[in-house]
Amino acid sequence: MNADSPRRRALRRFFQHRLAVLGLVVVVVFILAAVLAPWVAPYDPIQTSWTRLRKPPSAAFLFGTDENGRDVFSRVLWGARASLMAGVVSVLAAMLMGVPLGLLAGLAGKWTDALISRIADAMLSVPFLILAIALAAFLGPALENAMLAIAISAAPVFVRLARGMALEARSADWFEAARALGNPPWRTALLHVLPNIVPPLLVQGTLAIAEAIIAEASLSFLGLGQQPPQPSWGSMLNSAQRFLTQAPWMAIYPGVAIFVVVLAFNVFGDGLRDALDPRSQRR
Amino acid sequence: MTALLEAYDLVKHFPVRDAIGRKRGAVHAVDGVSLSVAAGETLAIVGESGCGKSTLGRLLLGLIPPDEGQVRFGGEELTQLSPAALRARRRDMQMIFQDPYASLDPRQTVQDAVAEPLRLHRIVPRAGEIARVASLLTRVGLSPEHARRWPHEFSGGQRQRVAIARALASGPRLILGDEPVSALDVSVQAQVIELLRGLISEMGLAFILISHDLGVVRQIADRVAVMYLGRIVEEGPSEALLAAPRHPYTRALRAAVPGGGRRAAPVSGDVPSPINPPSGCRFHTRCPHVEDICRSVVPPLADGVACHLADRLPPFAAVVDRQPNARLVRLQSRFRPQGDAA
Repeated sequence: MNADSPRRRALRRFFQHRLAVLGLVVVVVFILAAVLAPWVAPYDPIQTSWTRLRKPPSAAFLFGTDENGRDVFSRVLWGARASLMAGVVSVLAAMLMGVPLGLLAGLAGKWTDALISRIADAMLSVPFLILAIALAAFLGPALENAMLAIAISAAPVFVRLARGMALEARSADWFEAARALGNPPWRTALLHVLPNIVPPLLVQGTLAIAEAIIAEASLSFLGLGQQPPQPSWGSMLNSAQRFLTQAPWMAIYPGVAIFVVVLAFNVFGDGLRDALDPRSQRR
Repeated sequence: MTALLEAYDLVKHFPVRDAIGRKRGAVHAVDGVSLSVAAGETLAIVGESGCGKSTLGRLLLGLIPPDEGQVRFGGEELTQLSPAALRARRRDMQMIFQDPYASLDPRQTVQDAVAEPLRLHRIVPRAGEIARVASLLTRVGLSPEHARRWPHEFSGGQRQRVAIARALASGPRLILGDEPVSALDVSVQAQVIELLRGLISEMGLAFILISHDLGVVRQIADRVAVMYLGRIVEEGPSEALLAAPRHPYTRALRAAVPGGGRRAAPVSGDVPSPINPPSGCRFHTRCPHVEDICRSVVPPLADGVACHLADRLPPFAAVVDRQPNARLVRLQSRFRPQGDAA
C-alpha cells in the first residue's frame, strides 16, 4: 500500500486520538480474554462445587464464586466469548443483510427503493431491543437464535446508512464518470460506491457492536440467549439478582465487564469517526 | 467529411414537481437541437450557464436518454442500443468533467483510475496495464511515478491531466469536455488547453467542447454552436462566427469578452426561466432589435443562424467599438514590468 493512501492517513489520525486508542486497547484485551479463556481461566466455568458456594473475592477466587460454587472470574472470561461473538457476528450479519439492500435501494431508486425503505422504516419504528426480544422469543432460546435476532433487528440501520450514502454518491461527479467510462451498474456499486461508503459503515458497525453486546446480555438475562450452564454476562446477572445483598460480587463483575466493553467500543467508534471523517470535528 | 456523431431534434425536459409530487411543468433543458460532428473535428457548444449545454452533452453521449430525437454515433442509433451494447460503445466516446477534484474517485490510485477503461473494455492484458498507464501519463505531461499516488496529492491541473489520460486510455474516437478548464487557474488553463489541442490533432480525435468561455473556444474549436435556452441560435466555423457573429445573442456574448471592444448591443436582464421559456424567439425578451414577429414565431436555424432579422441587422464590425477600453489599458499599464526591473 502506498505511503499516503486514504487508509494510512486515517490510521495516523486515529493514533493521535489517545482516548480512542485506549478504547481499542481495552477491546483487544477483551478479545484476547475471549480467545484465550480456555488457557487463562483458572477454573472450569461449568463444573459446580458444593464446598465453595458464594465465596467472596479472595486470592484463590479473584472475583469470588457463585451460587453453584463456580469461579466468577473464569465465568467472566468465558462469558466474553458469548458477548463478543454475539456482538461481532451479529453486526457482521446485519451489515451483510443491510448494506447490499441499502446500496440497491439508493442506486436503483424508484419502486425498489420505496419497497426496501418502507420495510426498513417499519422495522425501525419498533424499538431495537423489543424487536430483538420478539424475534428471539419466536426463534427459540439459544445463543445462535439470539444472534440472528440481533442481526435482523440491527440490519435496518445499515440499510438506511448505505442508502443515504449511495444517494450521496450518485450525485457525485466520479459516479457519473464511472458510468461514462462504461462501468456496468454492479461494478460501479461494488468498486466505486462501496469503497467510498466503508468509513461510515465501519464507524456505525463499531458502535452497533456495543449495542449488540447489550442486546445479547439482555436476551441472556431474560433466558433467551446463552443457555445455562454455559456462561454469559447476561445470564450471570440474572442468577446474581437473587443474591444481590449476600453476594454482590456475582453481579458486580459481569456488570462491570459489560459496562467496560461497551464503553470501549463506543470510544473506539468515536475515534474511528474522527479519524475517518476529519471534516466532522465534533468537540 | 462524414459525420461521426449526428443528433436530430433532441428534446429533453425535466419534470418539475411540487411538494406532493404533482407535475408542475418542465425544465426545457434541450428543446429541438440537431447537430453533427465529423471525425477529427472540434465542435464547441457555447452558452450561458443554464442554457442546457451540459444536458445536451450527456444526451450526445447517451448518458441520459432523450425524450425525443435521435443520436447516431458511427451510423449506429444510440437510443436503440441495449444498456450493455451502449456500455461497450463507451470505448469510442469518453468524457472529461469540469471539476477534477470531483471526477476522480478519491479511493482509487491514479494507476487504477487510468487503467479502469483498459479493464472495462479489455484493451490490454493485466500484465500490460502498468506500461500502458505509464505511457498515457507521459503523454499528458505527468510522469509514470505519479501512477502510485492518490488524487488528493495532486493540484487541480494535474488532476485534470489524470482525467484526460483516463479519457484517452480506451483509444476513443470522440471526447466530450464539459467545461474542462473552467475550474482551473488561468495560468493552468492555458497549459491544459495546449495539451488538449495537441492530443486532438495528434490522435485525430473528434472533440466536443462545452464552454462558456469564448477565449477557450477560439483556441481549439473548428466549429461553434451557440446555445440559448435549450436551442441552437447560431452555428458556423469558429473563426467566421467569432469574427462576425450574426445572431444578436452571439454578438452580445462576443462583446462581453474583455478586449472584444465595448458592448455592442447591451443585453439587459437575466436568462428567462427554462421552465416556461418565452414564446417565439427565446431571446426576444432581451434582444435589442426585437420586432413583433420575434414574439410569436420561432425562427428556424437557417443558413447557420436562427434569427428573423439576421439579414437586416447592421454588420457586427460597425456596431463594435474597436477602440480598446480606456480603463483596461490604464490598468494593464500598471502591471507592465518597469523598464529594467527584474
